[in-house]
Amino acid sequence: MKLLELKSVGKKFGGVQALSDVNLTVQLGEIYGLIGPNGAGKTTLFNLLTGVYSPDIGEINFDRASLVGLKPHQVASKGIARTFQNIRLFQEMSVLENVMVGCHARTKVGALGAVLKTRASKDEEANIYRQSMAWLAYVGIESEASSLSKNLSYGDQRRLEVARALATQPKLLALDEPAAGMNATETEELKALIKKIRADGVSVLLIEHDVKLIMSLCDRLAVLDYGEKIAEGEPDAVRGDPAVIKAYLGGNLP
Amino acid sequence: MSIISKGIEKIRSNKRILFIGYVLLGIALVSLPFLLSNTVGRTWVRILDFALIYAMLALGLNIVVGFAGLLDLGYIAFYAVGAYAWALLASPQFGLHLPFWAILPIGAGVAAIFGILLGAPTLRLRGDYLAIVTLGFGEIIRIFLNNLDHPVNVTNGPIGINKIDPIVIAGADLTRTHEILGIQFSGAHIYYYVLVLLLMITVLICVRLENSRLGRAWIAVREDELAAQAMGINTRNVKLLAFALGATFGGVAGGLFASLQGFVSPESFVLLESIMVLCMVVLGGMGHIFGVLLGALLLTTLPEILRSTASPIQESLFGAVYIDPEALRMLLFGLALILVMLVRPTGLWPGTTRKQLGNKG
Repeated sequence: MKLLELKSVGKKFGGVQALSDVNLTVQLGEIYGLIGPNGAGKTTLFNLLTGVYSPDIGEINFDRASLVGLKPHQVASKGIARTFQNIRLFQEMSVLENVMVGCHARTKVGALGAVLKTRASKDEEANIYRQSMAWLAYVGIESEASSLSKNLSYGDQRRLEVARALATQPKLLALDEPAAGMNATETEELKALIKKIRADGVSVLLIEHDVKLIMSLCDRLAVLDYGEKIAEGEPDAVRGDPAVIKAYLGGNLP
Repeated sequence: MSIISKGIEKIRSNKRILFIGYVLLGIALVSLPFLLSNTVGRTWVRILDFALIYAMLALGLNIVVGFAGLLDLGYIAFYAVGAYAWALLASPQFGLHLPFWAILPIGAGVAAIFGILLGAPTLRLRGDYLAIVTLGFGEIIRIFLNNLDHPVNVTNGPIGINKIDPIVIAGADLTRTHEILGIQFSGAHIYYYVLVLLLMITVLICVRLENSRLGRAWIAVREDELAAQAMGINTRNVKLLAFALGATFGGVAGGLFASLQGFVSPESFVLLESIMVLCMVVLGGMGHIFGVLLGALLLTTLPEILRSTASPIQESLFGAVYIDPEALRMLLFGLALILVMLVRPTGLWPGTTRKQLGNKG
């Protein structure tokens, strides 16, 4: 079943055609990879998907509804959660509170409920606390719950971003270069985590530079170059695709 | 974790010690005006009243600046709106004399609307740009009040509105001296209790807001707006709510000011007042409710202490007054600000590095 579908999506910034005529589909329960050289348009595609930008042309459908024109917070409540290429945690909040913010999309107590401390608000708050601790345990950093998030190690900050995104209870988790700056052990742990997330029913869209990671993790992947999709398919097929080799190595292998 | 914080944790977890602490605090708050009027003089009770009003203002501004991270340099406008709402609805100006329980919510509501009026067009602005616009807004309100005496006279212009009704409960005018159980209570003294009560409610509301879903959303917006949006936070609504709620407290404080003073004029709402309230927030510890309270109480009482002691001290030391206490006040104030920013850039009493694990809703 199709979860996400992009139909001939294009985006221009001034004179730069960042994306043109991009088609891709992510199936439910899939780990889908997106690679390409620097400036290929991967992050632009991410930003179109999550409502930061709106496409000039084309359609973006998610879970049988259009995402075009939705604001980022609306996209989040539709069920797409994301992490950022440069980690964007709420630095002055504790690790636990970061995840609690992630619960915002699925909870609803407002100012009045909070001030009056109604039964419903107390229950919801207890629930948020329980869930957030569970998400911290899920990514394996529950022992850090009360630390300030900016004091976490780099790998743990990445994990916290994932936990925070999962707290929005997404159908699709979009990870923007999660392995950037990680050492080999951390990358292995990340791989295990992504597999676990998929096994628990969340589809994953992954942007990565680490080709080895993408090849070993993804069910299918697409390759972008200069804003165009030049290849799509299973890792083995894409690996041997002449267009891909040209984009990465600048020519055909002998 | 240090021994001190462990000790504090121990006290917090012990209900009995906590209860005794509250009782002692209560006794201290009740007896403070008696102590002051019998030692340093009755005027000090009045000074205390104004300190409490400023504390309420600072707590309101703390929601906007401290929690949501929106630098507001025109906050005093909401104080003005609240004060004028009270003045127009309970004075001979229009011959209206509504009771306090009707005006207080009206004043708060009108201030909240002005909060949204300021918030809506500035949603996309941050930092310096927001500060400039809010500064302009504060001045616009003041200039409006100053000029609204023609073509139709609403505010009396620079002359201000006089003979504003005080709070009247069961026929008793709270600004007059009353005798209860053989003890004389001056108007300032009675107002003190009213203000303490309202300030406690304000603190309670602020604490509950901070530890709620909304409070976390505010802080998330302050820390990283894009990430907050990605978490499903409607940053527009959350920011507007911060402006509206902050303005509400400003409006209530303004109404109380008008009723205590019995007189309002535009010159009470100048830019310097906005900056003073902001200083209370920053000096005390932005985003930390009790730090902000401390900042407000210090910045309102210390200048008064200086005013009453600077001249006598100079006379006894040098035989004459060389520096006018008013000039000295600004000098020391500037010095104190610079010192605090150098030594304690997060304020005198910043929050204990955010909330710990103990919060289970």
